Amino acid sequence: MSTPLLEIKGLTKAYPGVVANDDVSFTIKSGEVHALLGENGAGKSTLVKMIYGLVKPDAGSMVLRGDPFLPPEPRAARASGVAMVFQHFSLFEALDVAENIALGMENPPKMADLAARISEVSEEYGLPLDPHRIVGDLSAGERQRVEIIRCLLQNPKLLIMDEPTSVLTPQEVDILFQTLEQLRDEGTSILYISHKLEEIRRLCDHATILRLGKVVATCNPRQETVRAMAEMMVGESLHVPERKPHVAGEIALEVEDLSVASPSAFGTSLKEVSFSVSKGEVLGIGGVAGNGQDELTAALSGEVLVAPLQVRLAGAGVGDKGPQERRALGLLAAPEERLGHAAAPDMSLTENALLTGNVRENLAKNGFLDWSSAEGFAERIIEGFDVRTPGPDNAARSLSGGNLQKFVIGREVLQKPSVLVVNQPTWGVDASAAAAIRQAILDLAAEGAAIVCISQDLDELMEISDRFAALNGGRLTDPVPAQGLTVDQIGLMMGGAHDMEVAHHGAA
Amino acid sequence: MDLSAISPTLLIAFLMVAATPILLAAIGELVVEKAGVLNLGVEGMMITGAICGFAVAVETGSPVLGFIAAAIGGAILSMIFGVLTQFFLTNQVATGLALTLFGLGLSSLLGQSYVGIKPPGTAKIDIPVLSDILVAGPILFNHDWMVYFTLALVVAIWWVLKFSRMGLIIRAVGENHDAAHALGYKVVRVRLMAIAFGGACAGLGGGYLSLIRVPQWTDGMTAGAGWIALAIVVFASWKPLRVLLGAYLFGGVTILQLNLQAAGLAIPVEYLSMSPYVITIVVLVIMSAPRKGRASLAAPACLGRAFHASS
Repeated sequence: MSTPLLEIKGLTKAYPGVVANDDVSFTIKSGEVHALLGENGAGKSTLVKMIYGLVKPDAGSMVLRGDPFLPPEPRAARASGVAMVFQHFSLFEALDVAENIALGMENPPKMADLAARISEVSEEYGLPLDPHRIVGDLSAGERQRVEIIRCLLQNPKLLIMDEPTSVLTPQEVDILFQTLEQLRDEGTSILYISHKLEEIRRLCDHATILRLGKVVATCNPRQETVRAMAEMMVGESLHVPERKPHVAGEIALEVEDLSVASPSAFGTSLKEVSFSVSKGEVLGIGGVAGNGQDELTAALSGEVLVAPLQVRLAGAGVGDKGPQERRALGLLAAPEERLGHAAAPDMSLTENALLTGNVRENLAKNGFLDWSSAEGFAERIIEGFDVRTPGPDNAARSLSGGNLQKFVIGREVLQKPSVLVVNQPTWGVDASAAAAIRQAILDLAAEGAAIVCISQDLDELMEISDRFAALNGGRLTDPVPAQGLTVDQIGLMMGGAHDMEVAHHGAA
Repeated sequence: MDLSAISPTLLIAFLMVAATPILLAAIGELVVEKAGVLNLGVEGMMITGAICGFAVAVETGSPVLGFIAAAIGGAILSMIFGVLTQFFLTNQVATGLALTLFGLGLSSLLGQSYVGIKPPGTAKIDIPVLSDILVAGPILFNHDWMVYFTLALVVAIWWVLKFSRMGLIIRAVGENHDAAHALGYKVVRVRLMAIAFGGACAGLGGGYLSLIRVPQWTDGMTAGAGWIALAIVVFASWKPLRVLLGAYLFGGVTILQLNLQAAGLAIPVEYLSMSPYVITIVVLVIMSAPRKGRASLAAPACLGRAFHASS
């Protein structure tokens, strides 16, 4: 239990303008679950990419089971017993499960043998999976099983998991943890990356905390509070969004019997979605990714047109109106994908401010653009939402994820919408920026706007929502008051654990 | 007009010959597109292959050496596209169009002294007994070796893409280049090899035109065959055996219209000449019409997208 599996000594990696990892050292013991904690941009991903051979360190060394270890490419890392489950799945949607798994193996057996092995291992670890299904048809939880089984088939000594639970329901998380604990008991070490601190406290034996590329603390997560670990990550005390009591106002947005076929082939169609949001209220919509979130956002923003009365704004049907008309009427939306959907990556912040703001902020007069007003609007967003950028002339692409997200949300909030729809408002945003964004949303609601917040972050939804509903397979559950909702209830609303079962390896 | 002058047997036999150059170019482009690269320069690579093959065959007197030169010529030209799109991340559509224009000009320059010359002939393989079979004999067993080579190539590519690890990696790179990179596959290297293979196939197709099908050298002699090859890949939903079907369909239309012209059909020649192209357009429209289900997903997901390793 105490022999070191992997020792990391002084790893350093610099990219132009930023030191991603600065003299990072720590040790992973055999058979332990080791957490790597840190905010976005703290250097977690770069560090594991070096261990997995995707990035070469500038300085420092690693020792794996007593031997120097510096994999030039992922193949070498896999051959040494290091396997990795990626944050954004590294799967091929058009290929089937067995082909996907074969691609992650060095010497895959014949397809028929491999399919049998997949069934065997998936059964053993309680992760049922049909080797012949096309990955594009699988749910997010099932896709993760593909990745995990791909790793397990190689009998790894060290399993790296990068944010594995961000796409799972609470029940699926439980099953994943049981699988991981089983692996640990069999002697596999796990390097677990997450910023969900409750999970770390439940699962991990040891934690190394990174901030701005440096190791700032190590701790035993079972002995720390969540708040203490969060402050180690951020390096300052955290601001918790304040919520003013909300008085039920009149209904601002009503959606009735909304069914929309998904525009993308692997998407989820909406089925008979109905809900209403009143003034000053925040409706949180949870659910695992790919259950109709993007389709619902598109139907609400006007990107997808429906029958007029299916979407009603203050009683008037707007279902057949496009995004600009809806904006004029006060219904604004901020979609999930920052680069390419909510913002045009290669255009400046001024141009991006103008793209959604021209209707409500009068940035175009007689068909001519009013550049000075647009720039003023962009500057107000930058100032009001603490967007860190040299100025409004910079391209949206040049901003970090968190800063661009603050800009995108701020742009809509400043237009004083009567209804605001946000999808994943704090995805990939560090804790302090996320708190600022949530505060802005709550302040907007306090001023009387109705908010629809679609998110996969349940903690976030519980923090800001007045009522909660879940999307599951394109259907929306009936909204219920968020106060007092338990994780189990939420999990069941999100569809439970589908067909997963608890690991029963060794029980037979 | 006299339709009885058209012999079905000869028609089908000619069809196989007429389809061979398009088939070669299309099967090469299919491999390229499976790897996620859209090379619109097929026409340019074909005609470069046509003149390279013609010149070498005339100088050496050996058609086999000519075909080898045609393949090398097409592959070298495709590497211009490969380097530009894979290393300098240029736009694939624009670069492919430029490659076509460049290939047409280059071949015209190289071919100036070869106009009006006859190349060394390539004999038909007359398989005894089999070629005497009624109807099937002349259709199937009385062709030059390139026809058989091309058919074997199509089957080989079908097998490699479907069953081999190399084929799986090619499909993976075309499907999700970021994931392939994360798993440690060399996306750019795989794509460069696919582009070179596609160039060699297009060059062979051009060589077949100038050495066997026509056989002589004239400027711009590919006359849009490269574009038709591109259309056939889409028509075939990126499936090798359907490429064979598409190429024979198009070859059939070409031969049929020539026969109808000869038979004196009372339609202006221009209409008949344009018919293969019209049919290509119609087929493309039908095939690309939006539809439900898996058929619409046949295109590799990363087709035409530039890859740049971010880390």
